[in-house]
Amino acid sequence: MTREEIESREDESMMDAPQINKPKPEEFFNVNYLRIYYGKSNLFPYSDIHKWLSYGHDGKHPGCDEYYFGRREFSFTLENDVYLRYKSFKNASSMEDAIRSHFPYKIDIGAVYSVDPDKRHAYSQTGSNVFTPVERELVFDIDITDYDDVRYCCSGADVCSKCWPLMTVAIKVIHTSLTEDFGFKHILWVFSGRRGVHCWVCDPKARRMTNEQRSAVAEYFRVYKGNENNARKVALMGYSLHPFLARSYVDYLKGFFEGELQATQSIFSTKDKYEKILAMISDEDIQSELRGKWENSARSSLSEEAISLVRWEQLKNTLQSKKHKAPTLRMCVEEIVFTFTYPRIDLEVSKQMNHLLKAPFCVHPKTGRVCVPIDPNNCDEFDPLAVPTLSQLIEEINSGGSRMDVDDDSDDSDTSLLGKSVKFFRSSFLEPLLKSCKEEIESSYKTKIGKSKDSLSW
Amino acid sequence: MEVIRSQKRTPSNDTVSNPKIPLYLTAPQMEVRLEEFELFAVDRLRVLKGVSDGLARGRNPKEMDDLVDTLWKEHMRDPDASLMFNKDIISHFVLRLVYCRSDELKKWFLSMETALFRHRFRLQNFEAQRAIVGEFGLPYKAVTGAELEGLKERLGQVVRSLGQISPTVEAVYYKVPFEEVPDLVASRRVLIQKGYAFVAGSQLVSLVVTQFRSHISKALILTNRKWTTTIREREKDRLTPIVEALSTSYLGPDYSQSTEYAEISLKDIDQVAKSSFPLCMRHLFEKVREDHHLKHGGRMQLGLFLKGVGLKLDDALAFWRAEFTKKVGSERFDKEYAYSIRHNYGKEGKRTDYTPYACQKIILSAPGAGDHHGCPYRHFSEDNLRAALGRMGLSSRGMEGVMDQVRNKHYQLACTMTFEAVYGTSCDAGINHPNQYFEESQKILKSKTPPAPV
Repeated sequence: MTREEIESREDESMMDAPQINKPKPEEFFNVNYLRIYYGKSNLFPYSDIHKWLSYGHDGKHPGCDEYYFGRREFSFTLENDVYLRYKSFKNASSMEDAIRSHFPYKIDIGAVYSVDPDKRHAYSQTGSNVFTPVERELVFDIDITDYDDVRYCCSGADVCSKCWPLMTVAIKVIHTSLTEDFGFKHILWVFSGRRGVHCWVCDPKARRMTNEQRSAVAEYFRVYKGNENNARKVALMGYSLHPFLARSYVDYLKGFFEGELQATQSIFSTKDKYEKILAMISDEDIQSELRGKWENSARSSLSEEAISLVRWEQLKNTLQSKKHKAPTLRMCVEEIVFTFTYPRIDLEVSKQMNHLLKAPFCVHPKTGRVCVPIDPNNCDEFDPLAVPTLSQLIEEINSGGSRMDVDDDSDDSDTSLLGKSVKFFRSSFLEPLLKSCKEEIESSYKTKIGKSKDSLSW
Repeated sequence: MEVIRSQKRTPSNDTVSNPKIPLYLTAPQMEVRLEEFELFAVDRLRVLKGVSDGLARGRNPKEMDDLVDTLWKEHMRDPDASLMFNKDIISHFVLRLVYCRSDELKKWFLSMETALFRHRFRLQNFEAQRAIVGEFGLPYKAVTGAELEGLKERLGQVVRSLGQISPTVEAVYYKVPFEEVPDLVASRRVLIQKGYAFVAGSQLVSLVVTQFRSHISKALILTNRKWTTTIREREKDRLTPIVEALSTSYLGPDYSQSTEYAEISLKDIDQVAKSSFPLCMRHLFEKVREDHHLKHGGRMQLGLFLKGVGLKLDDALAFWRAEFTKKVGSERFDKEYAYSIRHNYGKEGKRTDYTPYACQKIILSAPGAGDHHGCPYRHFSEDNLRAALGRMGLSSRGMEGVMDQVRNKHYQLACTMTFEAVYGTSCDAGINHPNQYFEESQKILKSKTPPAPV
């Protein structure tokens, strides 16, 4: 198999990363690999995606809506940034055919509309046949570039083992809230392929939420309100934290801040770094007191991490004794912890039903990595740098001899690079979801039948 | 609801039950006299416009509570409680017919009725509020006993997080699906657990207002459908003209009879246009002088205004003739334009003495290519508006205030601010009629000029 050179625009995105040992883009992503991935290799899980987005409407039950899948919007981004919106497919095989004829660089999933997106122009914009979204998963997008002001190891598109834990903490905080506070049950977390995570909440209740309700949930999650104009981007007013924030702080954020974060980011170890933190304390005297202690500390043999921890203790003690000086100091310690660790979601993605989001199991064109699901109950184990790349998958096929059959449920598929992810998708997410969908279709059908029976009775 | 000709009222079937605020869930089953159909609606409209005005002026919630209380007592009160209740219901449903007919009207009505409901609700005592919540038939249960005990600590945390230093929890909490109270969720003002929000009694307003708004919104769509398919045609000789007039009804003096301040003669007209005309009329006037022509919309808007300002019919004919004949010739003027000027003054045809347009009507008009009528604050581009305001003598600081109102679509407030900037005085009543602008302006100018020597 020959390799093809691809557009050099791929190289531009690599400029901000150190060039040492960075493999060239053609080595893990190119259009030929993409053809194999979406082709007959049984890598991309077409039928699983179709089953998921059909939500049980497989036509086998009289209560099914056989046109449901056909009303879902997809969009394709092709080579050269050609963008095709409002694509829809009436079944799995037409979806497969379309993907196999375009080999899109990116596939996005949109909302389920009132009519087939690709037939929307046939309907007028008024009256009862308006083209409008009717269902859409509640989605979240967390991108590590939104944390650039608090991570020192990387910036921009890069991600490493030192800063990835920020994503892990974000998953834990949001996932716990979605299940404990909002009672959602069918939640899928997906690696975005390079530097973030996406979350798909698929409960029927979630899919039917209005834009206003989605906005409310997004705002509930919002704590960080930053821009260059303010130094104190997290302002926690009142006399205590809201129970959701308190639980997040006690169960995840505090431990992470005082432990792993100090080890990986050493946020107090240099003047530049600690000045940023001092700026969050709204009292000049306290700032000076701490600055005095730190500027003049003797050259010690302690590690960066140890120095940071010592300074953090000093800060905490000082603030503890002085926090009654002003309302803005009351929860200053918590504010600092939240600034460095609390999830920063992209609000716009969550607020509107018609917002498109990348499909799971797509391949990221800049990294070649597959957008695999992440287990929220085991997210500490997830390593973004160990996610299979397109080229690795192709290698595996070549060296394995016979094709890896992803539909094979035997133990062999566990050992294939992608098989494990697909298996997880099926057993932890898809199967429970479909079971619950079928129950709902069944019960609402029974209710409908029951009602019409009553109307016929004498 | 049955509308009947003047007859003695038959007692209504509606019993006045405890809730003092009706929820307008179903159309009332009662007979309404034709006069009451319009009168009740006009009174309620005065309340809604008062609410609109209060909101536009940025009144805080407590001020709005007081304003609503005052407005309601002034326009809707009746010594007989059951009559007052009936008027409340009837007027609401009539206005639904009026305001369901376009998106803009629907949006306004929905906002004002929701605000009215919100503040009337806030004025009720707790028992009355609970009764109203019950009326909605919402399956919200009060949380009691063991469940409440188990939540007490976290409910206390919520209370403290909102700035109350002691974690005292209210006596009553309602368990509500979180979707029903989006604003409380967004601002983290409630405890949420397994999809339910725990709403304090004092937070009930949010709950019911969301319900109310959603119900009225859906109802308006259904009403619109019924209106366009059956009612409008069926009632074309009776209710439809009333309904159509109500949405543009302007509820102040109509300026059809000009006052002593307002008489102007032809020789003064240019000077008076510069000193006292509002921007919309200045623009039209300038265009007539410039182009020696105006299209129909402009002729109506300016022509009726001039009548209201005190221009006699003969002077009006002379004015328009002087300009138009420069373009179309004397014969064509007599044939095509003189008639309609006389018509405006009630000297032809139906002999209706037409009233000058109020701001509301002007703002809602739709000037097209070649037209110069309409409201400049709404219909001009930002650049053109700034240029026009500059010519009126506004400083750049004054202009910013006006442009701000324009951006927020408060066109009448923009005109009021212009008035205040030009004459250096405040205008608390707010401009809502071009002739009002003219009269107020003349009052100020006359009070400044010394009386002419005898």
